[in-house]
Amino acid sequence: MSHHEANHPILDPTIAPSFPVAALPILRNPQLRKNVAHATEVIQAKRGKLVAEKQDWQQLRSAASAIRNHVLENLGAYLEQFEARCTAAGGTVHWAADAAEARQIILDILREEKASEVIKIKTMTSAEIQLNPFLEAAGIKAYETDLAEIILQLGNDEPSHIVVPALHVNRSQVRDIFARTMDLKDLSDEPKALTNAARNYLRRKFLNIPTAISGANFLVAETGSVAVVESEGNGRMCLTLPRTLITLAGIEKVLPRFQDLEVMLQILARSATGERMNPYNSIWTGTTPGDGPQRFHVVLLDNGRSGILAQKTERQTLKCIRCAACMNACPVYRQTGGHAYGSVYPGPIGAILTPQLMQMHHAQSLPYASSLCGACYEVCPVKINIPEVLLELRAKVTDQERGQLNRFSDPMYIGLRIANLLFARAWLFHTAQWFGRIGLGLFTRKDGWIHSLPSVGAKWTQTRDLRGLPGQTFHGWWANRAKEAK
Amino acid sequence: MRTSLFITCYNDTLYPETGRAVVHLLERLGVPLDFKPQQTCCGQMHANTGFRAEAFSQAKRFVRLYQDAENVVIPSSSCVAMIRDQYPGLFEELGNEVLRRQFTALLPRVYELSEFLIDKLGVEDVGASFHHRVTYHASCHGVRALHLGDRPYRLLAKVRGLAQMPLPNTDRCCGFGGTFSVKNGDVSSAMMLVKLQEILSTGAEYCTALDNSCLMHLGGAMHRQFASMKTIHLAQILASTDAGEEIA
Repeated sequence: MSHHEANHPILDPTIAPSFPVAALPILRNPQLRKNVAHATEVIQAKRGKLVAEKQDWQQLRSAASAIRNHVLENLGAYLEQFEARCTAAGGTVHWAADAAEARQIILDILREEKASEVIKIKTMTSAEIQLNPFLEAAGIKAYETDLAEIILQLGNDEPSHIVVPALHVNRSQVRDIFARTMDLKDLSDEPKALTNAARNYLRRKFLNIPTAISGANFLVAETGSVAVVESEGNGRMCLTLPRTLITLAGIEKVLPRFQDLEVMLQILARSATGERMNPYNSIWTGTTPGDGPQRFHVVLLDNGRSGILAQKTERQTLKCIRCAACMNACPVYRQTGGHAYGSVYPGPIGAILTPQLMQMHHAQSLPYASSLCGACYEVCPVKINIPEVLLELRAKVTDQERGQLNRFSDPMYIGLRIANLLFARAWLFHTAQWFGRIGLGLFTRKDGWIHSLPSVGAKWTQTRDLRGLPGQTFHGWWANRAKEAK
Repeated sequence: MRTSLFITCYNDTLYPETGRAVVHLLERLGVPLDFKPQQTCCGQMHANTGFRAEAFSQAKRFVRLYQDAENVVIPSSSCVAMIRDQYPGLFEELGNEVLRRQFTALLPRVYELSEFLIDKLGVEDVGASFHHRVTYHASCHGVRALHLGDRPYRLLAKVRGLAQMPLPNTDRCCGFGGTFSVKNGDVSSAMMLVKLQEILSTGAEYCTALDNSCLMHLGGAMHRQFASMKTIHLAQILASTDAGEEIA
């Protein structure tokens, strides 16, 4: 299948290459980098403007953070409340321990519905469980209806952002994909023409396919309601026209009270798309006879989440409301886009979420895919201290390495272990400085600079020179000065 | 008891001129410094790379060495951020109550250089002269961890002959990130090239900062690209006078 094609992004953390390896071809793709830089710049500017106009932004952040913390401290109770209220309102709630269970539950429902096709609202959680390829293998074709997801599905591409999944594709590339796959040779790249093409393609799906799959932005425990926000109206179609609706939601998506949406919807729209309010806010509760889907299923997905909940520092990862503000603000993401992260969840939140969802068995390079600049924490509307979690995960990755034999072939590991011995005794540190000056002196040119180093040093000198070590350390100068003063 | 200079491991080794500048500057302002030769490293490199046990031992060492100091001045915002943001967690995890109390008592007396000048000494005009065009690179730790705000700009504004050249997107990372610069050397370089272009476009003669780590990264790239701009730690600008104290 498409996954074996060269250059096709791999978003499966169990087989994806490490971040530095996956980033390299992207760094060599100027068009993609230009698209990502432009798009993140535009969204960030919009967000910045709308956050600035909100005088109580920091209070809103604190309120959102408190709500999400409270949920995580009482997650089990709120999920059970949601289940009871949703069931009482005519919904059916399923619990899935992992991706395989969730896929099977959804397939069983679709088989019962005798569905051979299904329409979908953008749901990154379905990508997390790799639902589309699974359904396709079972003979069920899943049609994405979000514009960005259509672009990716028709273009045989993968999402690179959780709010704007086709952020790495520009308008003329979209035109080419639509022209090719919709057989519209004369299509222009005007936004209106592209939207019309998508609309024609979609309208037939909405009217003919009676089964839909959605994600959830929030579940409300108090009422058993589900909330989905979107910009295009395709979601509204999927949530109202079909006979049967299946909602897949991570267990962390629950909110205690209906009123909590007041805080969360304000903070989400401004953070995610730089809008005061999302154009479409759909909130529904179970089923209503004669109105909307008559069969409604919610699949609550754990898939590693309760393991994260058990960790003191890492738990805050689950506060995330998937606004992607951290991605747009991240200077690393700005260079690499999302595909380098080898996961449906890229950027700073992906760097902490993905390895944890993999129970630290995969994606160990992701916690290191950050310069720890802190821009993500600054913009996070629910105050997830991403740098703090990154450091916690780095400590776990290092502890894994301590038990492995091949640590002795990792110059970084050896270097840091030796440095620790040196830092424990000043005389050893000073001796090492002396040897370091001799050693680096061999690489220092006449101009006093080092232009090329071996081993890990080569990663430095590939783009940067290094000034040769000065003849005297500071502590050496201080000691001399003290002697002369006497 | 005296104000103590924690020079940091990499300044001691790679940028002794920054330490000398801090000494000259503070002596000129009437603050004689103490220097403990047993000092080595704050543990940032280890903590940020995941070597927490190793960072522990350096954090302990730091607290034991400076618990009696009147104040500690550190010409590196990322090392101060390490002490302020990461030591509390490390000591909590370590569960050594005596050490934790010693640290809590010491912490309010630990200053980054610009904090020490403005917050502790209450001076903005340090009597410096530096007749050059200068752009200030606000390092991430200075901006988001220490919230240095306009302190460095206020110090620069009072330097005779100095023209500040404003840098766009000041709050964006230069891509250094400690071991990130080699572990993710390609991405780090891509980030650096964006920042470098912005810095070079200011038309400044010098790029200054409160972290020699960022400057090592940016200055190394400037040298590689034959740029005429140079990097210089803010302490060295503030130490410069028309009498011609050393800057290099």
